[in-house]
Amino acid sequence: MTARPLIACRHCDLLQREVPLPAGGVARCRRCDAELYRSHPYSVERTLALTLAAAVLFAIANSFPIVGLEVQGVHNASTLVGAVRSLWDQDRVLVASLVFATTLLFPTLELAAMTYLLAPLRGGRVAPGVPQLLRLLQALKPWGMVEVFMLGVLVSLVKLAHLARVEPGVSLWAFGGVMLLLAAAAASFDAREVWARVGVAR
Amino acid sequence: MSRAAEGAARVRLASARELGLVSCQVCALVSRAAPAGAASNCPRCGAGLHARRPASLARTWAFLVAAAILYVPANVLPIMESSSLFGAQRDTILSGIAFLWDSGSWLLAALVFFASVMVPLLKMLSLGLLAATAQLGYARRRHQRARLYRMVEFIGRWSMLDIYVVTMLVALVQLGVFASVTAEAGAAAFGAVVVLTMFAAMAFDPRLTWDAASERHG
Repeated sequence: MTARPLIACRHCDLLQREVPLPAGGVARCRRCDAELYRSHPYSVERTLALTLAAAVLFAIANSFPIVGLEVQGVHNASTLVGAVRSLWDQDRVLVASLVFATTLLFPTLELAAMTYLLAPLRGGRVAPGVPQLLRLLQALKPWGMVEVFMLGVLVSLVKLAHLARVEPGVSLWAFGGVMLLLAAAAASFDAREVWARVGVAR
Repeated sequence: MSRAAEGAARVRLASARELGLVSCQVCALVSRAAPAGAASNCPRCGAGLHARRPASLARTWAFLVAAAILYVPANVLPIMESSSLFGAQRDTILSGIAFLWDSGSWLLAALVFFASVMVPLLKMLSLGLLAATAQLGYARRRHQRARLYRMVEFIGRWSMLDIYVVTMLVALVQLGVFASVTAEAGAAAFGAVVVLTMFAAMAFDPRLTWDAASERHG
């Protein structure tokens, strides 16, 4: 029997041997039941396609107002950048930075890093700096909050609907699409496979 | 029982650390641990290797205490002020929820109450419980504690909800004399609570939950 690679559970450090998985299968820790890894068929192609689609929609989402508001003939609409600027202009520097980082900066970095990483990988090449990028992606992961932002927009729409006429913009739908595509890309991305290729390339 | 299952049952469950190995927290490669005290890096990705996150409990407690302190102004101070022709009104997180409730949006009121009030509170209590039990070497209910940590990790980010609600209201309700909304100090405190509890969850090393039994009692 050939020795299969070792894996230690991230959640309880139990040392186990990797087993081959059927397509779509999930390996779980036998002690604490945390997910160890899962099989991702066509991971590189799928993740790249979803990432590029998300990038296009993200550009659209940030080019148009998310919501418009009208009260007695007075009209106002705002993009996400405009919303961050309003906070900044009110001297809420901390809150403005937090919103900017979690909804604009980190998702942009994530989309750019994924594209840079995956595009050469389709041709079997590992781009320079990939280990650093994977580390960056892992660190950014909890801080990109597009889906929480979407829910926040919906709550604010309900609040405003009592006071004024609200007009959902193109960007609202685009953000909804970005949210779904990012979730799908995250689900199809296989960091293990990329690390395995980095290991081979060295 | 099959031969393979019999074999598996006889194998003692051992952590990587007990066997002198260390798993990279970035790329998951298992490699031989350096002698105690010596710093080492992952042979594949170059990240620093630690059998357990350094000073995990001390850092978890520090973030938790800071979050708990800021939880007070986050709830007491107004997060926004709305002014209109009819006067100005300052809203805290709770009064914002009460507004949603009174205007008939019960589901949304419940959702915001859960995300903004319950989640941060339950998260701080859960992490406190996890850190305390790990510190005392408490060996029971480890499966439940493991699940609790995974839940805390998953749900924490949703507390940011109210920050985005305030952001959108501030951006949209700029209608001159009719109505305008400004963000207030409570929003900054609340944002800080969310970020600090996320740091606390990242500082806590869930593997400590499982170390207790084998290394302190057995």
